[in-house]
This record gives sequence, structure tokens and C-alpha cells, in this order.
Amino acid sequence: MERFRQLIQLLSAFVANCRLLITPSNPIYKGPLKHVCFPGLNCYSCPATPWACPLGALQSAFASLKANLAAGKINLGLYVIGSLGVVASLVGRMPCGWFCPFGLFQDILFRIRLPKLELWRPLTWGRYLSLIFLVIILPIFLTDKFGYGQTWFCKYLCPAGTLEAGIPLLIMSPELRSAIGTLFYGKFALMGLFIFWSMVTIRPFCRTLCPLGLILGMFNKVSWLRLRFHQNTCVDCHACELICPTGVFFATGRDDINSTKCIRCFRCYALCPGGAVTIEFSSIMKGELENIEGCDCNQKQG
Amino acid sequence: MKSRLPLFIFIFFCLLTLSGIVLGEPGEVFQKAVAICLSCIGIG
Repeated sequence: MERFRQLIQLLSAFVANCRLLITPSNPIYKGPLKHVCFPGLNCYSCPATPWACPLGALQSAFASLKANLAAGKINLGLYVIGSLGVVASLVGRMPCGWFCPFGLFQDILFRIRLPKLELWRPLTWGRYLSLIFLVIILPIFLTDKFGYGQTWFCKYLCPAGTLEAGIPLLIMSPELRSAIGTLFYGKFALMGLFIFWSMVTIRPFCRTLCPLGLILGMFNKVSWLRLRFHQNTCVDCHACELICPTGVFFATGRDDINSTKCIRCFRCYALCPGGAVTIEFSSIMKGELENIEGCDCNQKQG
Repeated sequence: MKSRLPLFIFIFFCLLTLSGIVLGEPGEVFQKAVAICLSCIGIG
């Protein structure tokens, strides 16, 4: 399962960044695929990507909300929220574990042989602060005199933007180099911090600051695909806690198995010696059969 | 009812996506995504 997931991660990273003909005169893709948001953290200013970033698009919608409303235009970000919700209602936070290029980047960095550190759990609340303030409140309410806000998360925090767009574009466009200042150096330092942190702690950005992961993770409990923990078959080996990349401690009851932190990598499912973790698909079909035919499925099968 | 919750959520977000499409939001996403985001680079 883990090998298969790694293969999918690599393929997804390629799909997310499949533009191969990059020239300094045409640094970013401008074709029709940019209408579509890739369900992962992948900056839309990255020269290699043909997709839009859902977080960037969402913040842009929020940042121009006041100005658009004043001009009689409506862009509430429904398309971005809706498309994220469609994916998340099916598989929850699975895109983080399987498709996100920045998640893959952190997974690779963690393979570097260095002493490893556990994440201090209260830091996981940073995801909520990041989503509420940097993605929603500040872009909507802190606006200039024309009613335009800023994309706060992209501008001040996103290390994926610095890595995937900032550095390649500065290499390709000498005229941009003269415009960099304190903000760029600050973001560069932050990216460096996350790169080093990813070498000693698994997926620190996903676990402490990623608002996209939080949005997708909020669907974990209600998505079509869910994990289920069977306490009665648990052999108390705690292997699931040792291998969980996001520190979901469900065997001890500390976390729900479908916590917002779970990236659906299914390592616990693959490793559990007692088979106490199962992957389940919502019983939509079963429920419908019960309602339509007036009998329960077990009887029907029997 | 509980078993149908994911279906309802899925349909709700499909409708939300369609509403966005009807309102022309993909065009706005496109407009932002085809310009170099200087903020993302840490400039501006």
C-alpha cells in the first residue's frame, strides 16, 4: 500500500507540474486548465503547473469580495469552495496524503537520516489560525480604499509559493530580482525553516499551518470514504501510533480515527496486525436499499 | 439519514460548484492564475 501511495504521489506531482516547455518569455502557463484548481498545495505561479491553486484562488475571491460587491459583481468563491467540497465529500483529506506535491516534498525530506523530533501537539491549532485569519478574515476585511484585500497566506506564509514559484521565476526573470526585498528574504527564511523542520519532523507544514489540509480534513468524519477502528480486535501494539505521519492517536482514544489531522495514507490500515483498522465506504447504497426495498441488506444477502 | 449524509454533502457542494460556474467564477480564477502572483513570490 505504501509503495503504491508513493507511486501515486510521484505521478500526481508530475500531473500537477507537467508543463515542460518553459521559456523566459512565457514563464507561466496561460491555457484553459488554469480554470481548474488542483486539489493540493501547488502555487499557480509555478512555471511548471498548468493548474490553479485552490487556496490562492479562494483568497483572491475573498480579497476582491468588497470591491466586486461594490461594482455589482458576485464572486463569493463558490466555485473553489464547491470543487474542494466535492473532492473532500468523497475522500476527505486523502489528497494531502496522495496528491499534494508539497506533501510529497516534505515526505522526501523526512527520509534524510537525521535525529527525529515529535511535533508539539498544540502547534496543530495553527492550522485553524491560518485558515480563519490569513485565508478568510484578513483578505475580506483588511482592504485598501478601493476595497481590495491581500492574499495574506500566499504573501506572508506559503512556503510552497516561494519554493515552486518564487525561486524559479527569480532565476528566469532577472528584472524581478531587482524588486525583491525584506518580504522575500523573510519568506525565503520561513521556507528554509520548514525545509529543515521537515527533515526532523514528519510533515510539519501540513500539521501546523496548512489551511487547505484543514478544509479537506473537516470532511474526514462525513466523507464517503472513512476509516473505522475496531477496539475489540486491537492488540494494543501501538504500531499505528508509531507509523502515523500526522500523529493521530486513535488506539488510546486520544483522537478520532477520522480526525482532521488524518491524511488518509492508510499506513495504519496496512500495518495493523489485528486488522482493527478498516477502510469503509459510506453505506449510501446499503441505506438506499433498505429504504427502497423495505428490508435490511443482511436479510437480503442471507 | 446518517448513511445518506455524504451523499447530501456531495450534492450540496456539486450545486455550489455549479452556482460558481453559472456566476462565471472559473473565469475569475483563470484571470488570477494566468498572471504572475508577485505576492506569492514575496514581492509587492
